Order: sequence, then structure tokens, then C-alpha cells
Amino acid sequence: MALTPLFTLVRKDLLLEWRQKHTLFGVLLYVGATVFVVYIMNGQPEAKVWNALFWIIQLFVAVNAVAKSFLQESQERTRYYFTLVSPVQFLAAKMIYSIVLLLLMSMVSLFLFSLLLGMPLEQTGLFVLIASIGSLSLSVVFTFLSAIAARAQQNAALMAVLGFPLVTPMLMMLGNLSQKAISPVYQPGWWGVAGTLLLLDGLVILLGIILFPFLWKE
Amino acid sequence: MRQSWWKVLCVLLLMYVVVGGILLPVPRLEIVNETIRNLYFHVPMWFGMILLFLISCVYAVRFLSSGDLKHDLYASEFINVGLLFSILGMVTGMEWAQFTWGAAWSNDPKQLGTAMAMLIYFAYLVLRGGIKDEEKRARISAVYNIFAFAMMIPLIWVLPRMVDSLHPGNGGNPGFGAYDLDSSMRLVFYPAVIGWFLLGLWMTTLRIRLGIIRFDEYNDYPDLSKNKTNV
Repeated sequence: MALTPLFTLVRKDLLLEWRQKHTLFGVLLYVGATVFVVYIMNGQPEAKVWNALFWIIQLFVAVNAVAKSFLQESQERTRYYFTLVSPVQFLAAKMIYSIVLLLLMSMVSLFLFSLLLGMPLEQTGLFVLIASIGSLSLSVVFTFLSAIAARAQQNAALMAVLGFPLVTPMLMMLGNLSQKAISPVYQPGWWGVAGTLLLLDGLVILLGIILFPFLWKE
Repeated sequence: MRQSWWKVLCVLLLMYVVVGGILLPVPRLEIVNETIRNLYFHVPMWFGMILLFLISCVYAVRFLSSGDLKHDLYASEFINVGLLFSILGMVTGMEWAQFTWGAAWSNDPKQLGTAMAMLIYFAYLVLRGGIKDEEKRARISAVYNIFAFAMMIPLIWVLPRMVDSLHPGNGGNPGFGAYDLDSSMRLVFYPAVIGWFLLGLWMTTLRIRLGIIRFDEYNDYPDLSKNKTNV
């Protein structure tokens, strides 16, 4: 079975996450504290601001949650994986793990948002779908950048420096798409933007698969 | 690239662009007036920047396939000069916008896109600065270079659909292509694009030659200069 190592790697990461509860709950607390700070400073914002805040918080949560995916692996352990699995499987496992983690985080922050900052959503299902696509987009980009930062033996700050300009177009598209779930105004070109975003995700995954073997080599 | 004909061509073209760009007749337009001459200096910077970044990306791919450190030097120097072009393009554009749009910075997609492209490539320099080992630096920065260039495509694609542009040719503004860029302006504009790009290429080759000399000074193994470079 070609997929067995992939599942084993994903399972290992998730299990590790569950057993080292301090990191998972650290990120959860980060989400909660951020939303709470926003609430304290601003109260319940209007719909457009709500949308912008949601995506900005998603961005920071992604940096904090996904940064660990490669940076938590020590160099020795990476060399050990090198002997066990192919680089593409390793990257795919990390991406799936990040997607699962960030999906969880985005749902938690959506819940906290609706609790503290009000619920301006007209189409909750659509918003959940877009938030999921957003988690996927942010996860794959930051997973790859985390790999770069880890290989450069740098910290998560480098990942943020590399990542913020790269994900800005993605965030603009996501914020634009989720507007539809908030206010029922007519938005021409909605499907075009959605298609572009999905194509972009595909491009990022493809580039990751092509380029990661070069990063992996010593 | 060591031949001198294209450098002579570059100097001649740019002399023509500077003299002709300032003296030759241009269409009289409201608001824009004589600032239309900025077209010869501002727009070629963007063509130059994109081309230099594209060449850099090609050299990054070539580095990954060959492992030759020379290609890494090429890629990084093309980005350095491309960033210089982007800064010059931004400055000339902001100065022009101050006179015609009334503000140096307005929420224009081309300004936003360029600002993001600059951030992306400044991050490339930060990334390079953070890695000491040359082989590793070359490989990681090549990977980031290709990734960043691919991610720049949506900047060009997406931003104009999200934000209205004030640029000529967008959002109902008269474009240069439509009727204003008359044949007399084309006569200067196309040489300007070629001339400025050749200047960028020339600057890059000089920096690459300097880089190779420096590399040899700091490294014992002279494998870069041994096979005579064709820069």
C-alpha cells in the first residue's frame, strides 16, 4: 500500500498533538484570547468589519498553528524520516495535518465570534464552506513556508515575513467570497473568484510537490 | 553577453529616450498635460521588473536542475536589480500620481500589487540573509524564488477584479492604447522599454561579475572562475 506511510504520518502527528496537549490548548487559548481582546476593544462590530476581523484572526492563527508542522521536527528526526518515506508523502502528511488542525481552529473561532462578536451571517452554511476552503488555502501555503523556514533553521518569524505578502491575495479573495454569506447583495464574478482561489490552491499543492524534494535533500 | 553592441545600443536608445521623451510632441490632455512624458520612464520600469524577475525564476529552475552555484548568483542578482527597478517605478509612479490623482498613494490595484511584489522579493533577501551555508542558501532561495513567482500571478490576475483602478486604461479612464498613445509616442515608448531593460541587464551582468570575483576571494576552491564565464 502506497498510502500507508501517509496515513501513519498523519496519525502520528495528530496523536502527538493530542498527547502533548499543551500545544493544542495553547493555540486554542490563543484563538480565544484574540477574539476576546477584539471584543473588549471593539464590542460587536458591523458585518463588514466582522468579516475582516475573522480573516485577520484566521491569518494569525494559521501562522501560529501551522508553524509547528515542520519547525517542531528536529533535524535528526527529519533525517530519520528521510530514510523511511518519500518527500511527497511527508509533505502531504504535513499538509493534511495542518488542514485538520486549522479546520478545527477556524470552527472554534467561528463559534467564539458568533458568541462574542455577534452573528451577522445570512448564509451560515456558505460561510462555513468558505471558512473551510480558507483553512485549506492558508494551511497549504504556510505548511510549505514552514518547510522553508525549518530548512533555513529559522523561527516562525521568518515564516510570517515570507508568508504575509504571499497570502494577501488569497485573503482578499476569501474576504470577498465570504461577503456573499454576510450580505445578500449581488456580486458579479463570484464564481470566477472562487474558481481562481481553488486553482491557486491546486497550484500551491502542485508546486509544493515539485519543489519539496529539493528542500528535503541535504 | 560580453559583446558590446547591445551596450552601445542601450546607451543610444536611452539617449534618444531622454532627449526625445522631453522634446518630442505629445498629445495635450486635460489634467495629465506634460506629465504624460512619465510614460517613457515609469512604465518601462514595470516591464523591466517583471522581465528581470522572470529571468531570475528561470535561473532558479536552472540552479535546481544543475546545482551550479553560478546560477544561484545570477538569480539573486536579477532580483536585486529587479527590486531597484520596482523602487524606481514606484517613486516615479507616486510622483506622477501626486500631480494627476492628487495623492501619492491611493488604493489602486497596480500600486497594491507592486507593493506586495516588493514585499515578496524583499522577503527573499531576508531569507537569503538568514542562511550561512552557500549550497543550502542557494537551494532554499531557489525554491522560494519559484514559489514566489508563481504566487505573483494571482496578484496580476486577481487584484484588478477586486479594486477599481485609477490607472489610464482602467475603470473608464482613457488608456494610452486607445487613442492617446499616438504614433509619435510609440516612437519613443518602445525604444524606452527596450533601452531601460537593456540597462537593467547590463547592471545585472556587472553585479554578477563582481559577485564572481568576490566569491573567488572568499572561497578557496576556484570552481566558478575556472570555466571562463560568458557574462
